[in-house]
Amino acid sequence: MKKRTLTLVVLMAAFALIAAACSSDDSAEGFRIAIVAPSASNDLAFTQSIVDSANRIEGAEIAVTDGTFVVEDAAVALRDYATEGYDLVIGHGSQYGGSLSEIAPDFPETSFAWGTAADTFGLPNVFSYEAASDQGGEVMGIMAAALSPAANVGIVGPIEVGDAKLYVDGFKAGVEAQNPSATVNINYIDSFSDVALASEAAQSLIGAGADVLSGTAQMTVGAVGVAKTEGVLWFGTQSNQTSLAPEIVVASQVYHWENMLNDMISKIGDGTLGGEIYEINFANEGLVIEYNEDFDLPDDVKDLGDAAIDAFKNEG
Amino acid sequence: MSINLNNRQRRILAYSIPVLAVFAALLFGAVMLVLLGANPVEGYSEMFIGAFGSGNALIATILKATPLLFVGTGIVIAFRANVINIGAEGQMVLGGLFATIAALYLPEMPSIIMVPAVLIAGLAGGALWGWIPGALKAYYRVNEILSTIMLNIVAVQLMSYLLRGPLIDPAEIERGTRIPQTERLVESADLPIIFGDRFHIGPLIAVLCAIATYYLLWRTPLGYRLRAVGLSEHAARYAGIPVRRTIALALTMSGALAGLAGAVLVFGSESHRMVTDGSTVGFTGSAGFNGIVAALLGGLHPIWTIPASFLFGGLIVGGQALQRAVQVPSALIVALNGLVVVFVVAADRYRVRLLSTEGREEAAEGESPPGGEEESSLGSVYDAAPRGTDSYGQDEFGDDPR
Amino acid sequence: MSEVFTTAVMVAVVASAIRLAVPLLLAALGETFGQRSGVLNLGVDGIMLLGAFTGYYAVLKTDNVWLGLLAGAIVGLVLGLASAVIAVTLKAEQGISGIGVYLFGLGMSDLLFQKLVGTPIPIDQFPAVDIPVLSDIPYIGEMFFQHSLVIYLAFLSIPVATFVINRTTFGMKIRAVGEYPDAADTLGVSVAGVRYATEIIGGTLAGIAGAVLAITLGIFQQNLTNGAGFIAIALVYFGAWRPTGIMLGALLFGFVNALVLELKTLEIIPRDLSNIAAMAPAIITILALVFVARRFRAPSALTKPFTRGK
Repeated sequence: MKKRTLTLVVLMAAFALIAAACSSDDSAEGFRIAIVAPSASNDLAFTQSIVDSANRIEGAEIAVTDGTFVVEDAAVALRDYATEGYDLVIGHGSQYGGSLSEIAPDFPETSFAWGTAADTFGLPNVFSYEAASDQGGEVMGIMAAALSPAANVGIVGPIEVGDAKLYVDGFKAGVEAQNPSATVNINYIDSFSDVALASEAAQSLIGAGADVLSGTAQMTVGAVGVAKTEGVLWFGTQSNQTSLAPEIVVASQVYHWENMLNDMISKIGDGTLGGEIYEINFANEGLVIEYNEDFDLPDDVKDLGDAAIDAFKNEG
Repeated sequence: MSINLNNRQRRILAYSIPVLAVFAALLFGAVMLVLLGANPVEGYSEMFIGAFGSGNALIATILKATPLLFVGTGIVIAFRANVINIGAEGQMVLGGLFATIAALYLPEMPSIIMVPAVLIAGLAGGALWGWIPGALKAYYRVNEILSTIMLNIVAVQLMSYLLRGPLIDPAEIERGTRIPQTERLVESADLPIIFGDRFHIGPLIAVLCAIATYYLLWRTPLGYRLRAVGLSEHAARYAGIPVRRTIALALTMSGALAGLAGAVLVFGSESHRMVTDGSTVGFTGSAGFNGIVAALLGGLHPIWTIPASFLFGGLIVGGQALQRAVQVPSALIVALNGLVVVFVVAADRYRVRLLSTEGREEAAEGESPPGGEEESSLGSVYDAAPRGTDSYGQDEFGDDPR
Repeated sequence: MSEVFTTAVMVAVVASAIRLAVPLLLAALGETFGQRSGVLNLGVDGIMLLGAFTGYYAVLKTDNVWLGLLAGAIVGLVLGLASAVIAVTLKAEQGISGIGVYLFGLGMSDLLFQKLVGTPIPIDQFPAVDIPVLSDIPYIGEMFFQHSLVIYLAFLSIPVATFVINRTTFGMKIRAVGEYPDAADTLGVSVAGVRYATEIIGGTLAGIAGAVLAITLGIFQQNLTNGAGFIAIALVYFGAWRPTGIMLGALLFGFVNALVLELKTLEIIPRDLSNIAAMAPAIITILALVFVARRFRAPSALTKPFTRGK
């Protein structure tokens, strides 16, 4: 009898300990995150990346205000979420920075995050974050050059600013690193939303000889459509674009903000509300190259890609 | 309607029509909310609270209404001359750009000079962008709807070019992030705050502009000419009024007010910078379009445009609060905005008819208050003699075969 | 510079111009009918967007591009009817009511897309149809005769529309109602009836234009049209309310866009000046009108609601 009771007590103590340990993992329980973003949550690009990532944080309550092109409206939204007591208020748009720098001091108990950018304004409750999208650009650029029999690659971009410029420059660098004599044609269509123009830009790049294309921002869905019709390969960024054209999408650089968000959450739990600049990259697995399972990627090309990713991982 | 209402009852009914129209639109909205799984009662109460339910909310509403009032006042001028100005989006952008350039390149000066300087620059930018379609119409007979739509496109590209090129914050280049925005503009250009931390003088300036426009339209010869051209181009021409130049002037003034709105947006903003996302809406918040609605809600009368802008601003701010509270997609708010516009504009005819009957009666009785008189003549704007030409094919001497 | 004027490049630019022009052309044609009868409809872009989503959704569910076009047409028809009620029966101020329809279409199409579809799914696109014999002509063949059926039909609609407006009784009524509504009314023509008809035609064509856009691109997205509806309205003025003029305007606009794109690809336009180049289609359209001044008047009753006896 005594032995059984003892066993029971030990077991119960063990359960209690395990339960305690497990519940501290679920520290996101009841954590409230608000996101203000410029484009639609399903744009398969910039905004979708942060919304998807936030929704993967277990236990957190997420509020989203998307489609907020207007900076002043975003400012009102950011203020309002802070007033409503959200723990982490994310301004997911480079254009929101100026407003955030004025709002954050008014809410010292709230943590703010600004992306994509690398400036916390010296404020203790502002995080900033960006994606080293040039890294994925370079990796895929290398693979693109290797996959291009004509050694001619085309890139469709929106306006030459911010994250878009970073990615395009990286992609070009990757292509040229792999094959210095390759032709890289870049076409910035000067709009984030003109899908028809993006598709014609892709046509024009293909007409100039490209047999591999890439592009960034939400209007590139038009370019993917053309790539599909013309049988030209596609590398995507910001979100996994395989579903758009399973026949020709090779891979996508996907932004995974989860680790970063989790880190912010735990820092906030420990009392640090800001002051850090995050960069998601290969080393911290914030950037991941997601391959299209149905695409027959030659092993040697994949090896090139993996080597490049490892190089980034090692440099830190 | 054979019910005999006295003037007062008629007036009350008339002014409640836009309100009823808004309710009708919100009813549709409620259906959509339910379909999206949200609680309309909760939603709409959050909407009201978000727009009017606290000091902060009122301030947000007033600040949102300010560009609407500027643009709306400009639209009143244009409409009174029978010109449709859908170029306010571009005119606001140009106003913002000119004001920003002034702040960046003028020497450091005290606020008392700097603030008027940047506002005047904004006025000039918008005036330019209104003058171009005006001149194109007056001298080359290019239709203003075409030219304003095209100039909106030019404006957004100009904004992108300047903000990612010559005007970009040097810190952006250093950091390599290349966000298309200016540096934090010189503090002496900040619009002075008169209350709390965000209520700046912008709304006051807008109200002053509206009052000034009333005087312009009804107490000056220029205003008379504008309205004459709007009521009947033929009659105006025979009276010796230079019709096409007056139309150009109407567009220029309309643009100037929109430009002022743009300048106020930049220097009254939280960030005190000009920044772009590549679209006009990202800068203006669609004030270029919504201002037109505010003008109509105000019966194309500058003074009534003041409360109309306030209410419409409340609708927009409240709509955004609704979105946050019940977490429906922002797209619903855009659609709701559209529904309200459609319902209010559609119902407007009845409001005008009610008021115009009143006006005629009062005139018969020997009374003619400025507001009533104008509203009855507004009724006749709808039935004005056909304009001899909209563009093309008519010269100074009116060789219109009709 | 010599690279630009190689025939291969020019052929590609013209083909691209034609593709870009088609949605503009269809929407502008629809608006022409309405404006010719005296009604201004600024909501075209909103109708295009709802037509685009409906067309997209229909193709998504049925894999049939023609059902998609039909769906877009039906939605456009309904919205055209609504526009008619607002402008003709309720006599709303036409410079403003259309803006409401635009905002409604913009928000509603986005909302429906988010709720019914979510993450973008690609759809079938129009198959290209090579016209026998003609498509084999060097250069000309690739420019003009290797497009999809929809494009051919769109261009065919121009002479059809011209014929309808100029040579049918209905067309005569449209013109009469737009120029002399009082006289037309006296003669027994139903002004409201004609305007209802033209608005419905306008809406249907705008809905089709949107569906064509979405199916051609094989996808839908928030604000897919990116203001194309407004450009179409501008083109009505450019084309002086005549279908042929509108076609030329759409082609000009499309051509300049396509040319600028090509110049960007060939890096003839330096990237710093990219935005300036992007202004070209708008500026050239205005300049074209300035220098090719024509003596056409607007329909006199444009934007004026009709009330008998006034």
